[in-house]
Amino acid sequence: MQEVKQKAIELLQSGKVQRVLGWKTGEFFYDLTPAVFETVEEIKKDFVFSPFCGANLSKYLIAESRKEGKIAAFLKPCDSYSFVQLLKEHRIVRENVHVVGVQCNGMCDIEAIKAQGVKGVTAVRQEGETLVCETLYGEKSVPYAAALSERCKTCKSKKIVLFDELLGENGEDDPDCGRFDLVSKLEAMTAEERFAFWQQELSRCIRCNACRNVCPACSCEKCVFDNDTLGTANKAAANSFEEQNFHIIRAFHVAGRCTDCGECSRVCPQHIPLHLLNRKFIKDTNELYGEYQAGADLETRPPLVDFTQDDCEPSVVYTRGGNGK
Amino acid sequence: MMHRIGVFVCWCGSNIAATVDVKRVAEELGKQPGVVFATDYQYMCSQSGQELIQSAIKEHALTGVVICSCSPQMHETTFRRTVSKAGLNPYMLEIANIREQCSWIHKDKETGTEKAIVLGRAAIAKVQLNAPLKAGETPVTKRALVIGGGIAGIQTALDIAEAGYPVDIVESQPTIGGKMAQLDKTFPTLDCAACILTPRMVDANQQENITIYAYSEVEAVTGFVGNFHAKIRRKARYVDETKCTGCGLCTEKCPQKNVPNEFNLGMDHRRAVYIPFAQAVPKIATIDANYCKMLQEGKCGVCSKICAAGAIDYKQQDTFVEQDYGAIVVATGFRPISMEKFDEYAYSQSPDVVTSLEFERLMNAAGPTSGTLLRPSDGTHPKTLVFVQCVGSRCSDDGRGKPYCSKICCMYTAKHAMLCREKYPDTDVYVFYIDVRAPGKNFDEFYRRAAEEYGVHYIKGQVGKIVPEDGKLKVQASDLLANEQLHIDADMVILAAAIEPNPTARSLATMLTTPMDTNDFFTEAHPKLRPVESATAGIFLSGTCQGPKDIPETVSQASACAAKVMGLLHKDRLVGNPCIAQPDELMCNGCSSCEKVCPYGAITYADKEFRTFEGMKVRRVAQVNPAVCQGCGACTVACPSGAMDLKGFSNRQIMAEVDAICK
Repeated sequence: MQEVKQKAIELLQSGKVQRVLGWKTGEFFYDLTPAVFETVEEIKKDFVFSPFCGANLSKYLIAESRKEGKIAAFLKPCDSYSFVQLLKEHRIVRENVHVVGVQCNGMCDIEAIKAQGVKGVTAVRQEGETLVCETLYGEKSVPYAAALSERCKTCKSKKIVLFDELLGENGEDDPDCGRFDLVSKLEAMTAEERFAFWQQELSRCIRCNACRNVCPACSCEKCVFDNDTLGTANKAAANSFEEQNFHIIRAFHVAGRCTDCGECSRVCPQHIPLHLLNRKFIKDTNELYGEYQAGADLETRPPLVDFTQDDCEPSVVYTRGGNGK
Repeated sequence: MMHRIGVFVCWCGSNIAATVDVKRVAEELGKQPGVVFATDYQYMCSQSGQELIQSAIKEHALTGVVICSCSPQMHETTFRRTVSKAGLNPYMLEIANIREQCSWIHKDKETGTEKAIVLGRAAIAKVQLNAPLKAGETPVTKRALVIGGGIAGIQTALDIAEAGYPVDIVESQPTIGGKMAQLDKTFPTLDCAACILTPRMVDANQQENITIYAYSEVEAVTGFVGNFHAKIRRKARYVDETKCTGCGLCTEKCPQKNVPNEFNLGMDHRRAVYIPFAQAVPKIATIDANYCKMLQEGKCGVCSKICAAGAIDYKQQDTFVEQDYGAIVVATGFRPISMEKFDEYAYSQSPDVVTSLEFERLMNAAGPTSGTLLRPSDGTHPKTLVFVQCVGSRCSDDGRGKPYCSKICCMYTAKHAMLCREKYPDTDVYVFYIDVRAPGKNFDEFYRRAAEEYGVHYIKGQVGKIVPEDGKLKVQASDLLANEQLHIDADMVILAAAIEPNPTARSLATMLTTPMDTNDFFTEAHPKLRPVESATAGIFLSGTCQGPKDIPETVSQASACAAKVMGLLHKDRLVGNPCIAQPDELMCNGCSSCEKVCPYGAITYADKEFRTFEGMKVRRVAQVNPAVCQGCGACTVACPSGAMDLKGFSNRQIMAEVDAICK
């Protein structure tokens, strides 16, 4: 924690960068918000790096990297994948960004802590495998693993794929993280059961657009849902099927570009497991076109906008999609 | 401006009118917003039908036309010309396909009529959003590429070359000639295959407009009709083509003697350095890297020492030729199917069970037995021969054969049986058939001669099982006409294996984006009216790659194909397709998705300045080269923000069609 803050100060003081992208406390200690710092004083006062820094900073760099001067950004493994993917899409001006890779032990979710029976939490600190919580009713401890947010329990990688400097050790991919287990469960359902599942989940959507606004892959100059000339927005709004329409179109739009950072589900105020839609696409793409991780490198061509002679035949795709499984 | 739309419903004789109430369709569509005129007519494509459309355009000052008729593939060009002559932009026309997509597939008139109305409504909704379009022009590269150097490829190339256009033949084998070079005699005239083929091979070699790239493969093809670009891999022969004189000394001295000879289908051996056959073109030796001791182990070098011309080059690498072409001819041919799934015929258990192509080599003077018919197992003269027809052909049930008739087997089996009886009158020859198909010129006479004059025993029935026993092949079969079981002790069995397209054809089809049928034969643009063109403009089909054919049919198709290619190459410029992609720069993210999916390389990027709320900003945006874009629409689908649109098929137009259908 202190190391990260120190680095932020150092970078600004040395004149290497003019701004620093990090996190500061929001209304509560656990709702940390991305923030741009321009002075050492601001950093000393507000900069935070804690187990609640879940927010993926890469998307902010689309706008920030186009401004005057250089900006330092602290990127966790997850964030680094999004960063590379955006670079691949020519969305970030690379030379204006100084990437500081920060290792991550998994980010916590206040709901998960509450679920452990710990109420009135005012602050937390990690002590080895334990998360010590200061509460209105005294100190309480929960296993760190139990306090993790859903996406961090099935963390796909501790590897920071691109950085200019690194704090701590770089990690590795974890192919056995089990992130597709829930998707497999959904796949095992009948079409009717699956429809009922998504109907149930998506009917809670209030179309706050938080998932879209936070998603690093949703970075269009103008979203199709905001574009009057296309008619997509009106269509989605005119339909009682609206929520499904919106989320399914969104999932299609980010297919092949989604790095599975899980921000959509983190920010959803209705706790809809939106990341499962994206993971289904990732799983299908892996199975049909071979393993592919968006944002893992700058070179590999994304399978959905690539064409090779050993691409699987449309009939194979059809059979897989059309057999009700 | 609100459009003034005219709707014209065609009966297509009874093709449409029998299952669609055309009067009601015209009446209903006449009520649609914007429609000022609606009528029906018996044959809209006829002279008087077209005149009806033209006079309605003038009389009712129409600005858009919807024709409810057959597929646009059939008559879109016709009707575009019709409306254009009446002063409308040809792209102010939409066709609702109420034949193939409606009347032909519905039996109930009520359902058919309703669907026709819906399809018409969609076309009206689309034409409301149509805008006049003007096509650009592209130049034509006056050079053709022929892929495959068998008799089909050779004939097509010769015809094109003689018309004065340069042609390149790409052949994967060390020599051109293909399967025909392996044949002994040809039906129904029994002239020797080599005698008629090899002069053509020499012609191809000497024709100054033809360049032969033998032992080469097409690696990549980009571009479009009139403007293809191909990359050809010239595989290393380890022999300098410019130096080798084809003397053949190396092929005699090479110590590596036990390489299966593919030209004789593995029935004898060749050396590691070889020339496939005496009349090979180009007559240049090739070193088989899999067997050459020098290339494998670095020891030997005999051929290099013996070659007076100094042509051997062990360090030779594959090279690449890149060339532009106006037209591409596919002539990839066929091969017999593998017999491994047909255990009952004991092909893998006895060397005396052979395929017909192997039998050709056994009968051929240049074959492994120098033309004397000898049993492969012991070299004795076979007395009883059994020919089995339709092995794997017309076999739709078990998935191990092919559903189609291979077309050539009846005739070559009659030829084999006849030649056997003629050369060796002491033989007993049986032919088992399902039915004999001999519909070509002089074909049935030929087959009857085999059966009647040469005493070949033609037996209608199938062979059930062949068991090799005591040097004989015990053939169990049924004679369907006599209704009895037969047991024949045969010395040799010859299987008329089904033919299938060359296995490399599939990847080629993918490369050329040319459709194939379920059997991997290339699909022609129209089965009757455009039999030698593929559905992809500028790609033509020659020979058995399109379907089973004998030599006369292959040659006539090859020449027909050449005529089509000449017609294309004769043009200096081609009118392009105005329905091309166009980006909305204000929405473009510059993400490169469209560039990645564009098969024609028509998309580039430019940094442009845009006025925004925060002042002028530079953004990377997509640019489409209108001369290169072919309007496939892949980019419009890949674009996440909907910034890329296809003229004539805009997202809004398609959405309007969907809305009109779902209304």
